Amino acid sequence: MNQDELKTLVAQLLREIAPETEPAVKASEYHPTVVVDERHGNPTDTGAVLEDISEIDLRKQYLVENPKDAAKFMALKTKTPARLGVGRAGPRYKTVTALRFRADHAAAQDSVFSEVPESFAKENGLVPVKTMCKDKDEYLTRPDLGRKFDEETAKTIAAALPKAPKVQLVIGDGLSSAAIEANAMDCAKAIEQGLKTYGISLGKTLYVQYCRVGAGDAVGDITDCEVVCVLVGERPGLVTAESMSAYITYKPHAGISESARTVVSNIHKQGTQAVEAGAHIASLLHTILEKRASGVALLREAGA
Amino acid sequence: MAEQLLSVGIDVGTTTSQLIFSRLTIANSASSFSVPKLEIAQREILFESDISFTPLLNACTIDASGLREIVAAAYKKAGIHPEQVETGAVIITGETARKENARTVLQALAEFAGDFVVATAGPELESILAAKGAGADRYAAETGKTVLHMDIGGGTSNLAVYDENGLVDAGCLNVGGRLLKIENSKITYVSPVLEGLVSLSLGETATEEKLRPLIRLLTDTLEQAAGLQPETKLLRRLTTSKTVKLPPKPFTISFSGGVAQAMLERPANPFAFGDIGALLARAILDSRLCKGEHRISPSPIRATVIGAGCHSTTLSGSTVFLRRLQYPIKNLPVCQLNPKLPLAAQMRQKAAAFEENVIFSLPGRREIGFDQVVELAKELQVGFTGKAAFIALEQDCAKALGQCLALLLPENTPILCLDGLTLEDGAYLDVARPLAEGAVPVIIKTLVLPTATK
Repeated sequence: MNQDELKTLVAQLLREIAPETEPAVKASEYHPTVVVDERHGNPTDTGAVLEDISEIDLRKQYLVENPKDAAKFMALKTKTPARLGVGRAGPRYKTVTALRFRADHAAAQDSVFSEVPESFAKENGLVPVKTMCKDKDEYLTRPDLGRKFDEETAKTIAAALPKAPKVQLVIGDGLSSAAIEANAMDCAKAIEQGLKTYGISLGKTLYVQYCRVGAGDAVGDITDCEVVCVLVGERPGLVTAESMSAYITYKPHAGISESARTVVSNIHKQGTQAVEAGAHIASLLHTILEKRASGVALLREAGA
Repeated sequence: MAEQLLSVGIDVGTTTSQLIFSRLTIANSASSFSVPKLEIAQREILFESDISFTPLLNACTIDASGLREIVAAAYKKAGIHPEQVETGAVIITGETARKENARTVLQALAEFAGDFVVATAGPELESILAAKGAGADRYAAETGKTVLHMDIGGGTSNLAVYDENGLVDAGCLNVGGRLLKIENSKITYVSPVLEGLVSLSLGETATEEKLRPLIRLLTDTLEQAAGLQPETKLLRRLTTSKTVKLPPKPFTISFSGGVAQAMLERPANPFAFGDIGALLARAILDSRLCKGEHRISPSPIRATVIGAGCHSTTLSGSTVFLRRLQYPIKNLPVCQLNPKLPLAAQMRQKAAAFEENVIFSLPGRREIGFDQVVELAKELQVGFTGKAAFIALEQDCAKALGQCLALLLPENTPILCLDGLTLEDGAYLDVARPLAEGAVPVIIKTLVLPTATK
């Protein structure tokens, strides 16, 4: 299964679990009937604050009652972020599980809809541009526009970036702004340092708002770079909203096949840490330049 | 695409010597869209040699050429040439390690056995390899029980405590089945470790009755080490280097070694092997050691050699940095650094104790940003005084750190920067040729030979 099929499947699963259809009763119109117990009088606000369920480390939460060997199960749970040991089988979760699931889903959505602050590009010396999407909504509904730049932007890019560099680095918000803020610069600096050990220097790095992976192909057409490396926020899951990927394409141009991409995914704190991932990507870029191929063609080259 | 390594294990023990060949299969457990994560996924034994008596010229000297013949015969029988062997270890154990020519024999054998076959010795390493070869570590991990493993051989008993998270402690006692040799019912050898403990002399006729106090003394020592009777000075007297610290909760005792083999086979002749092994085995079966939960490992006599062949090689992390190196790199002394103190001063001070290049080891795991990697590299740069920069980290950042060092240090400085390793002072590191996907097979070893017996 490739990355895109996987994404479609996950999206489908998410829709099934948390349907996006209009709820039968809108929250604003929902007025629950409060049953007042005559003996105890009206319910009063005690001022107590509910526990923030999203703060609970799921790897340490075990909900089975009277377990035979809780310690052993807890040891298993440390190995996976999956929601194991929820104390129920089948579709009827406990309340805390159901609420946490919705909270994580909400965090994932927030990460998609929030923006990387404008100061990000400036503080890190990046060249900021935008794809043809005018806002987040258009970005989400028109993937094609997230891969293109208008003429003026193309001119800006051509003026700011080196002509025909060996490697052009691009950072894009993608589907998770949180991922970019958490990982992109550590990773980019490590890539730059690693490339230096191979005698390859980088020019300015581009920052693309409303960026799809394919925006790197357009950058290829504009700069005529030999390889483009796009660091982009991954569609957030229910485990982390901070996962970033690097998509590397040799001789990129608009319309290039997806099979021409080499991917390094799962760059985040619990996965591969950004700095070490950057060091790895640098030597991967070197190999790609040497073999003059990326994606499936690179694997074939390695196998031959 | 699975890479494989052909590994040899050679155990030169007090009583017997043996050899195994095994195949280690390396697999990438990460998905193809991630940074690789290589692991030894499978350890398969391809060939087991016969079990031969360790040839001795006299009480203090190993018959080096006899031993070499045994090893060469095993290679021939298995149809394997030393050039084919990619990794492995020769371990010299028990009383044999105390022989005058132990070190030279060990080095010569390692050189003969293959390019990256490592010479090892040391009571604690022996205990760890024996316990792993006997599967005591896996038993503990699978059952969640705590295990005290005893590998009882000819000259020593190697102790190791494992719980589900891994090794807790290792130690070694001078308790074995060949501390006394008997030929034609006459005592022909009394180990120097028994001096002052027994009044048996050479040439004396051996009877079960006469040996009973000695056997009792040996089982008492084991019981004391297992916490089954109060500790007396006897335990200290028969401790090789140190005994193990016992876990507070109940534990299973697991056995391997030649004496454990005799516990399984229960030979009728009390002097079956020309020593006290059979008697000791019988006494252990009747002792408190076997009253509680206990197990004898499968093929107990092979535990140490399996440990040396299958479990001595480990892999570094999969993203590492290597520059201008020639493999294998052998016998790098480890200098462990305290991450809380200034590094450069520690590095200069520790390295001064060695003439050769050392490898520095930096323990600890934490999240680390790019700027911190640069800071660390600058600190290390000041500390490296030798011709080469060798460092092993626990934290997964070796490639980034190595690249940073590469830009800081002169271009011709060899750099070895590994991660995923925890190395302690007193250990040595041997480094093999790196695998195609980046990880480096290494052997972390000790080379502690006790003073030769006169």
